[in-house]
Amino acid sequence: MSCCRTVFGRRRESMLTEPAQTADSAYKAPMKILLVEDDREAAEYLQKAFAEAGHTAHVAADGESGFLLADSGDYDVLVVDRMLPRRDGLSLIAGLRSRGNTTPALILSALGAVDDRVTGLRAGGDDYLTKPYAFSELLARVEVLNRRASAKEVETVYRVGDLELDRLSHVVRRGGREIVLQPREFRLLEYLMRHAGQVVTRTMLLENVWDYHFDPQTNVIDVHVSRLRAKIEKGFDGPVLHTVRGAGYMLKAG
Amino acid sequence: MQRRLSAILKTTAARLSALYLLLFAVCAVVLVIYMTSLSVRMLTAQTMDTINEEVQDLARAYERGGLPLLARYIELRSRQPGANLYLIADSDGRILAGNVQSLEPGVLATDGWTTRPFTYTRYGETAGRGGLLQRTQVAPLQSHAAIALVFRLPNQMIVLVGRDLGEPERFRVVVRNALMAAFGMMGLGALAIWFFVGRRALKRIDDVSAASLRIMGGDLSGRLPVSGAGDEFDRLSENLNVMLARIGDLNEGLKQVSDNIAHDLKTPLTRLRNRAEATLNSAPSPTEYRAALESMIAESDQLIRTFNAILMISRLEAGYSAEQVVKVDLAEAVRDVAELYEPAADEVGVTLETTIDAAHIVTGNRELIGQALSNIVDNAIKYSAGASENPLVKVALARRGNDAVLSVSDNGPGIPDPQDRERATERFVRLEKSRSQPGSGLGLSLAKAVMKFHGGRLDLVSGDPGLTVSMVFHEARGES
Repeated sequence: MSCCRTVFGRRRESMLTEPAQTADSAYKAPMKILLVEDDREAAEYLQKAFAEAGHTAHVAADGESGFLLADSGDYDVLVVDRMLPRRDGLSLIAGLRSRGNTTPALILSALGAVDDRVTGLRAGGDDYLTKPYAFSELLARVEVLNRRASAKEVETVYRVGDLELDRLSHVVRRGGREIVLQPREFRLLEYLMRHAGQVVTRTMLLENVWDYHFDPQTNVIDVHVSRLRAKIEKGFDGPVLHTVRGAGYMLKAG
Repeated sequence: MQRRLSAILKTTAARLSALYLLLFAVCAVVLVIYMTSLSVRMLTAQTMDTINEEVQDLARAYERGGLPLLARYIELRSRQPGANLYLIADSDGRILAGNVQSLEPGVLATDGWTTRPFTYTRYGETAGRGGLLQRTQVAPLQSHAAIALVFRLPNQMIVLVGRDLGEPERFRVVVRNALMAAFGMMGLGALAIWFFVGRRALKRIDDVSAASLRIMGGDLSGRLPVSGAGDEFDRLSENLNVMLARIGDLNEGLKQVSDNIAHDLKTPLTRLRNRAEATLNSAPSPTEYRAALESMIAESDQLIRTFNAILMISRLEAGYSAEQVVKVDLAEAVRDVAELYEPAADEVGVTLETTIDAAHIVTGNRELIGQALSNIVDNAIKYSAGASENPLVKVALARRGNDAVLSVSDNGPGIPDPQDRERATERFVRLEKSRSQPGSGLGLSLAKAVMKFHGGRLDLVSGDPGLTVSMVFHEARGES
């Protein structure tokens, strides 16, 4: 466990000193995840899957021990089931927040209605995922949550390779040449660049760029992404917006 | 009977009548006391006036003829029936003349009005107007209450003129008796009301209890009795009946949902299982395994999607209203969804056209409205694509009277048969022509449920060509 901590310390340091860091370093960075899930089979599966993705996951089987672990341990992300024995997930997160613990938390729930999500986020959760879900979706969201703890939010200019986005003047350039984007395309690119080097799923895009939480059925997001891709890649040197098969998209140089 | 009575005693009606009885009794007592004291004071004042007049007469007599005339005058007056009290005494208080035989000591000692009623005995009381009994036994000792004016003549003789208080006293007795009678009657009345109202209420409650027992016993179509009197019991029963009807509807809906789930999910589940079995049996290559697994994941995702949609529709149809409701601008919703679908429409060669006359603010859930609208737009794009030379989907927001109408029209094949249009919004109904298209058959049902949740409706009108689906919001507030 001590080895992990040093690795984390180094990673955070490098992120602070290198605001316009390249994609790979963050994506590969291992995380320490606390999984609070009472379904043993699901927990074991997730633990294994997280390990395969290069992360360490600890499991707590009920809300009370989950709270104690989260409160004492140094975790990067909490993945909390909403309905737990002894203490429910929302109360667990609310308890942590009231103690000043701001570790990013993702709520897993079988309840999927709009207001369930709203109550979940209001209790202090940072993201909400409805069961059943694809592991790729969970992984992408957890990795993005971890990055949220970094200082990316305050940066005014995002850079990925020769692509550059100025959040204040709303100007996008690639290789010094200005690219004209529609407002929504700008927001789409802004989100992708904020999470450069990380997998971003279609639902994440729909949630964060369009603020809709339903399933769009058809490939609407894909079409938006391919339009954006045409604008930022056509006539430029090499691809930056990559499709990750079975998961989503990733923006990275080279 | 004993139990019945105790049950009646426990009713609200009984408690109320007891309370009212107490309240009325207290009111009556206070009122009577006030009235009595007022009347007694009035009568006393009247008596004092009479005495004053008498004294003036006596004074005039004395002036004219001195003591003898006064004495004669008093003698004369004393004999009249129902006369006042007259008395002349010497300065020591010995009675010289008048119709008073004896009186409370001390009355003559002070001049002016006797402040308190005193007792006295009248001459010839034995021969008075009383009955036989009074004359023989009680009369000689009988004393009366009176008030009087005492004054001294210049020769120090004492003159008293008084009047019996019999009248106010009698009045008091009459009032007291009336009060007792009233109390008695009130008590009886309260008891009667207590008994009849209480018993009636109890009977109604018993009927309702019996009916609810029947319903709890499983007869969900049973309803509580309504007497037709329109009273509070009827209102209660009516409301409970509406509630029962609602519960019945929900129950029916739930049953239908589970039937539908069973019916519609069994097929793909079976397919999923068969595919797994077939893959296992055929001993395929790793790539084939992979392909089979991927298609199975896709299939289960579709299953989950369908399942979620069913749950959502049921929740909305059940009027589960915990969803967040805020002010939503429909124009914004149209712009958002149009913007979301425009590239996808363009991709398949469909022109997406938006017309918004003004902002329309409704109370609702942005997410749900957005989802319903995107389902409809999705359908429109799907069916108009390739169906005509210039596939066109028009999304329009306009005011119609008090309603805001959000309509999506396409120039695809449409649904010419009115019955089919009717059925198109039912769960899992996929009209024959649409079977070839992907989808769960829940898009329009979800839109309809969303409109029901918002208190509006979903209209399907056949265009020429194509289909117009309108989301009608009632009581929308327009803003330009």
